[in-house]
Amino acid sequence: MRELSLHILDIVQNSVKAEASVIEIDVNIHDGYINITIKDNGKGMDKELLNSVTNPFTTSRKTRKVGLGIPLIKMAAEKAGGSFKITSEKGVGTVVYSSFQIDHIDRMPLGDISETIVTLLDDKTDFVWKVRLNEKEFVFDTREVKNQLNPIPIDSVEVLVYLKSYIKENIESIIGGIIL
Amino acid sequence: MKTIADIKAIRDKMQAQIINRDNFDAQAETRIVVGMATCGIAAGARPVFNEFVEQVQNRNLKGVKVVRTGCLGMCKVEPIVEILVPGEPKVTYVKVDQEKAKNIVAKHIVAGQVCTDYLVDEE
Repeated sequence: MRELSLHILDIVQNSVKAEASVIEIDVNIHDGYINITIKDNGKGMDKELLNSVTNPFTTSRKTRKVGLGIPLIKMAAEKAGGSFKITSEKGVGTVVYSSFQIDHIDRMPLGDISETIVTLLDDKTDFVWKVRLNEKEFVFDTREVKNQLNPIPIDSVEVLVYLKSYIKENIESIIGGIIL
Repeated sequence: MKTIADIKAIRDKMQAQIINRDNFDAQAETRIVVGMATCGIAAGARPVFNEFVEQVQNRNLKGVKVVRTGCLGMCKVEPIVEILVPGEPKVTYVKVDQEKAKNIVAKHIVAGQVCTDYLVDEE
C-alpha cells in the first residue's frame, strides 16, 4: 500500500464483510499524529480469532475475514512511530485503531481520502466519516445523503461523481495547504 | 462550496430519467465489477474503479453500474475487472490500469467489442 487511505479502504471492507450496517471512520489529525479509528457494528470476533488476525499466516480462505490487510496496517503504524490496536466482541462489533507519527520518515502519505470514501459507498451499508484537524472537522454521514436521495441509489455513477467533488472540497477546506 | 442539499437536484433529474426509461429493471443493467480486496487495492484497483465511474459519467452511459467485489482469485494479475453485459458471457480483464479502463469503456461497453489484449494469458 502506498497511502494510508488505501489501508483504510482495505480495513473498512472487513467491516462490510462482517455485515456491519453502520461503520464509523474517524481520521483525527492531532498533536503530531494521524489517528485512524474504524468502528463497526458487524458480527465481531471471538477471542481466538481476534488473537490471530494480526498474524498473516493464520489466514482462513473460507471466512476471508482475515488476511494481509490487518498485518499490513499494523506494520505501517508501528514502523511510523505509531501504534495499533484491535478490539472486538462477538455480536457487537469491531474497533480497529491505528496511529501514525506525522513527521516520521517512514510514514506513508494520507493520500486520496475522498476517493476511498466514494469507492466504499453502497446502498446496504451506512458510513459516518469524520475528518478532523485540531478544532475543525468534516462529517459525512451517508444516512443524511440517502434521505435526500431516496429512492435513487447512492452508488449511481452520477451521485458518485458529485459526492467525490463535494467530499474533496470539504476535506480540502479542513486540511488544505497542509501536505499529509 | 458544494452542499448536501444540492444532491436533491441530482435526485430530481435522475428520477425523471428512470420514469422515462421503458422496462427499467436491474437485470438489464451492465455491470463493471472491480476486485477490491487487499491484493486488488495494493495493485491499484481504487483509481481504476474511479476511472470507470468517471468514464461512464462523462459518456453519459445509462444502465451501467460500477461495483466493488472481493478477491477474484488471481491476486498476481490484479487489478481484475469483470464486465457483465446482459445476454453476453462474462469477460474478465486482468492487470487493468486507468488507461485500459478508458479503452474497455470505449471498445467493450460502448462498441461491444471485447478488448482481447487485456484477457488472461493462457500459458
